[in-house]
Amino acid sequence: MRAPRSFTVFVGLYLLFLYAPVMLLPIFAFNDSAVIAFPLKGFTFGWFAGLANESTLFVALKNSLIVAVSSAVLSTCLGVLAARAAARYEFFGKKPIMSFLMLPLVLPEIIVGVSLLIVLVQLGLDLNVWTVILGHVLVCMPFSIAILLSAFNNMDRFLEEASLDLGATRRETFFRVILPLVMPGLMSSLLIGFTISLDEFIIAFFLTGTEPTLPVYIWSQLRFPSKLPGVMALGFIMLILSLVLLTAGEYFRNKSAALAAHENKQ
Amino acid sequence: MQNFPGLFSSMAMMFDRESRAGLKLVSTPFGFSLLLLAAPLLMMLLLSFWTQDYLVLDRTLTLDNYREIGSHPVYALLLKRSLTISLIVTLVTVLLAFPMAYYISFYGGKRKALWLFLITIPFWTSYLLRIFLWKIILGYNGVLNSTLQGLSIIDEPLTFILYNANAVVIALAHAWAPFAILPIFVALEKIDRSLLEAARDLGDGAVRRFFRVTLPLAMPGIVAAALIIFIPTIGDYVTPKLVGGTDGLMIANMIQVQFSKANNAPLGAALAVTAMIVVGLFALTFVLLNRRWLRRQA
Repeated sequence: MRAPRSFTVFVGLYLLFLYAPVMLLPIFAFNDSAVIAFPLKGFTFGWFAGLANESTLFVALKNSLIVAVSSAVLSTCLGVLAARAAARYEFFGKKPIMSFLMLPLVLPEIIVGVSLLIVLVQLGLDLNVWTVILGHVLVCMPFSIAILLSAFNNMDRFLEEASLDLGATRRETFFRVILPLVMPGLMSSLLIGFTISLDEFIIAFFLTGTEPTLPVYIWSQLRFPSKLPGVMALGFIMLILSLVLLTAGEYFRNKSAALAAHENKQ
Repeated sequence: MQNFPGLFSSMAMMFDRESRAGLKLVSTPFGFSLLLLAAPLLMMLLLSFWTQDYLVLDRTLTLDNYREIGSHPVYALLLKRSLTISLIVTLVTVLLAFPMAYYISFYGGKRKALWLFLITIPFWTSYLLRIFLWKIILGYNGVLNSTLQGLSIIDEPLTFILYNANAVVIALAHAWAPFAILPIFVALEKIDRSLLEAARDLGDGAVRRFFRVTLPLAMPGIVAAALIIFIPTIGDYVTPKLVGGTDGLMIANMIQVQFSKANNAPLGAALAVTAMIVVGLFALTFVLLNRRWLRRQA
């Protein structure tokens, strides 16, 4: 079936709208001018080289990596527990509990950030990367649960029962049969969590204290016009890295789906 | 016959054991969320009934913050503007996303996954930079104005597209696009294509078929998209701050100011609670109205 011509034109224009900001990123990252404006001047790698001298950038990058890795791991661990419970067992209050865990998905991030800030201030705790991690685990967890829930649901229940019948303990079954089967979902959850945390700004802005994450660093740089081309170069690097990670995540997800389809056929 | 009571009790026991196993598993993530989401939200509610005079926190319960919000028109103005912007963003995003999702679902053929990947690529750029780049596109000497002038479509640069509410709507309609396209696409995929054929065979034209079959069946996706966009948009303060100018500031900017420069966290908390209640009421009304509409269709 072919789409009507006007429909195709709309889709083209809409894609142009979606890609407009991203297309500018490489253009200004390589543009040899301190001003972010047209007409373009010349081609340069200078802005990328300049990033090497920004020592605060590397501090922020280190903080961001600590936050993103910890958030991804913690949210995946909690996600495994919740998704396994929801996929395998019927329990009291299942629906309200699972809805509550998914709540951060529709809660404005400023509410999550501010309410956590209030508690931390009232308890007299210092703000640092760990407070950011707590907030990020909250917002990553719904994504982990959604991904892992489909992984656990796709898993063949008979393999688990066979393992138990053949004399493996519950613990052995979980670590040696179930976990390997949901491994692609696990990887996909880790990657999505990492990517979300790496880009999250609003919660980090409230909870970061004196240890900025990368987006908080970028926010501080946006005020200085002279820093902008460097920020464009940084943004371009981050875009490429995100794409590599997501392609990897997509690969694992497809593998998980293919594995499930293969098992169902047998 | 004597086996029956035994069977029932063992079934109940099994259910109990199963129920306990499930609760045991879910208790860690649930506890985490209770401690770090439910408790802080309650704490925020409590704080909104306290008052703060610069550095001294007064823990007597009072409605002063809510009275302050009621008596200064600036808060009502910001809240009204935030709601209006969020509603328009939701409407614009869903209206633009629906044809896109429809195109992928009905004309995507074997390349649906590729199409979806294509749609999400732009959104893995840093959120801050994406909003910032809109400033470059919409500015006085921006990409859009220079292109339109270069093509002699306009003589003077357009000024109504940056540092006001319009810019906020454009940037947000962009930022939330995948969150609308994906749920609508999923809903469209679920539609049994034979229903559409049946409607055609029974003599329904394309338009009638769309409004009587496709749209009602796609409604769950549209509602999900609308809620996923409408509620969080109220809480955005990056977009208004970067591209909104003074006329485009929203309630979240005021909340942020109370927690930083103004140093009045209780008032900030009261503003956050007020905003959440208003948004919640709007969302609830929307869901109920939609349910009534669907029932009338059926």
